[in-house]
Amino acid sequence: MARRELQEINAGSMADIAFLLLIFWLVTTTIESDMGIKRQLPPPVPDDIEIPQAKEQNVFNVKVNFLDLLLVEGQPLDMDQLKNKAKEFLIATGDGVITHQIDNQEIGKNRDVISITGANGKTNAAFPERKWVKKAEVKLKIAEYELGVKTAEPKDKDAFIKELAKWNGKLTTITLLGGDYKELPSSALISMQNDNNTTYNTYLQVQNELQSAVNELRDELAFAKFGQTYSELEDIYGKNKQDKKTLDKITAVRALYPQRISEAEPRDAGSIYY
Amino acid sequence: MLLFFFMVATVLRTEDEKVQVTKPEASELYKVEKKHLIRYINIGMPMDKRYGTEPVIQLNDAFSQPSDVRDWIDKERETLAESEQSKMWVSLKVDQETKMGIVTSVKQELRQASALKILYSATSRARTGAEE
Repeated sequence: MARRELQEINAGSMADIAFLLLIFWLVTTTIESDMGIKRQLPPPVPDDIEIPQAKEQNVFNVKVNFLDLLLVEGQPLDMDQLKNKAKEFLIATGDGVITHQIDNQEIGKNRDVISITGANGKTNAAFPERKWVKKAEVKLKIAEYELGVKTAEPKDKDAFIKELAKWNGKLTTITLLGGDYKELPSSALISMQNDNNTTYNTYLQVQNELQSAVNELRDELAFAKFGQTYSELEDIYGKNKQDKKTLDKITAVRALYPQRISEAEPRDAGSIYY
Repeated sequence: MLLFFFMVATVLRTEDEKVQVTKPEASELYKVEKKHLIRYINIGMPMDKRYGTEPVIQLNDAFSQPSDVRDWIDKERETLAESEQSKMWVSLKVDQETKMGIVTSVKQELRQASALKILYSATSRARTGAEE
């Protein structure tokens, strides 16, 4: 038998192949990052609890039916108008003017002043009534609660400290915004209800537009006041949780435009509305 | 060579996608920084038509019922360090054509399981009606 020469693998290009593979691996493993719309679900409600009814003017109602059609504040509406409608709700001051006053400066001045006559014949009755948060009053409250903290029984002390922190926060907000501001009543919220046959895409678009309304207003305000958009502020704070100054700015913006998007308890719909 | 092959093959394998999910598009997206805190629920049509043509729920690698969600959450929570258990995110990857009924029932189960931080997974797009 003829002696065969031992075959050798040509390994010259091996390094190149390995290198290419390495690159391929590096590229493909930059895993697709998961992004989405952030939501906090409400905790489960015990059966026996009675859900308080908010005043109608304090609620921005969005309903979506099984045909993916929108009913906003009792009126049919197109999806692309939803954002502006929600902004009107959030920015309205409740006294017939849709501009926003902080001391003598006006925020959102470039918007048209719209008056809407509500069902009861009152102008802008469809909007929540914002209440002034005035520096002098806030200072009084702080003094009151400081006294409370000193004199309270130990068991009540925590509650006083909590209240004190809340009012101190409001004072910081006033300082940062540069004047008194008007805050939404605590029951004001955007409420959304959908049908079981609503398409998920429509549902998400509604959520997105509502979120977009809040975010844009916040961005606008933050940029006017601090020269940075709200999302930039959040990024900065996200990277450094010790950054108290940025946090205060975020709190200030949130005080003016709180994000309260709630979902009504789902019902077996179909026949109930429309 | 083989080493590289296995590196590629093993790293890329996440979970089998058993349902077809085309994510909706949205503009107000939030990105969770710590990926290991996220658990995924997929809802969509089964890839394999033998499993029907109605949307189904996929938890990890298995088809599931809404009623399985609570146990699954408890189990997944156990996999996290105790200090991070309250920080768990649930990402809902739902096909855009799905009807809300099944999504709502999953959400109700999540509430019952106290997994309240959720993410409606979506792909990025520009804001609508960008003004100014």
